[in-house]
Amino acid sequence: MEADKSKLKKDKLEIKSRTENLAEIREFINSAALEAGLSKEAIDNIILAVDEACTNIIKHAYKYFPDGKIVLNLKTDKKTFTIEIIDYGTSFEPGLVTHPDLQKYFNEKRVGGLGMYLMKALMDDVRYTTVPGKFNQVSLSKNINSNGR
Amino acid sequence: MAEFSTSVEDKGEVSTIYLKGFLDAHTAPTLENTFSGLVDNGKYSIVVNFKDLSYISSAGLGVFMAFIEKVRENEGDIKLSVMSDKVFNIFDLLGFPLLYEIFKTEEEAVNKFRENKNLGS
Repeated sequence: MEADKSKLKKDKLEIKSRTENLAEIREFINSAALEAGLSKEAIDNIILAVDEACTNIIKHAYKYFPDGKIVLNLKTDKKTFTIEIIDYGTSFEPGLVTHPDLQKYFNEKRVGGLGMYLMKALMDDVRYTTVPGKFNQVSLSKNINSNGR
Repeated sequence: MAEFSTSVEDKGEVSTIYLKGFLDAHTAPTLENTFSGLVDNGKYSIVVNFKDLSYISSAGLGVFMAFIEKVRENEGDIKLSVMSDKVFNIFDLLGFPLLYEIFKTEEEAVNKFRENKNLGS
């Protein structure tokens, strides 16, 4: 077992685009992040960021269509814990993610952008890739420091 | 399975909503119904007790934004209380402390309504 071919570890969850599955997604991320040795605080942040990404996919990419496919790929090495989240729904142009003007949101009753802001604030790296008509991918990464934070 | 539930207790003119469990996009409608129930009955002095809330995402935060305007138009307020550090940090990241009063204890939040009422009468 020691003669590991690669230090890169992968894991995968395929799930349908339903909000009732968010709990299972969070549990999957929790187990993987614990195994990767991340701190409690880092794990909480990753769980929330992944929840926000999947919620956006369910609401915006699939517009609550319940049978869309969401694929989560974990890619962990010694330095980084990365989750790639792929969907096959409507593509989306993230544009510039700035700090939300809450008062404005509040007046306009716009909440959707909060999740994107949170993802950016909670993770070390957030990348969007879109191949129109094929798939969308958001890649969320957290650095693993020697002290586990 | 993550569960979420709310319960409401009236203390004089103030209604307290107790949150329990996991508040996400799936469970946010439960909280929306709770707020609707209060607002539809003309109850606009609302304290929310977060003591037993384990988790919140932006879908949950959105519920507070959805009702605050209506509540304040009717001279009421939504005051938040007893948040864990984890939950407070999310509210804080999004700038909620600028728009909502957040108290360490439920009593402080309830008393704030009473003080305001005494000043106004």
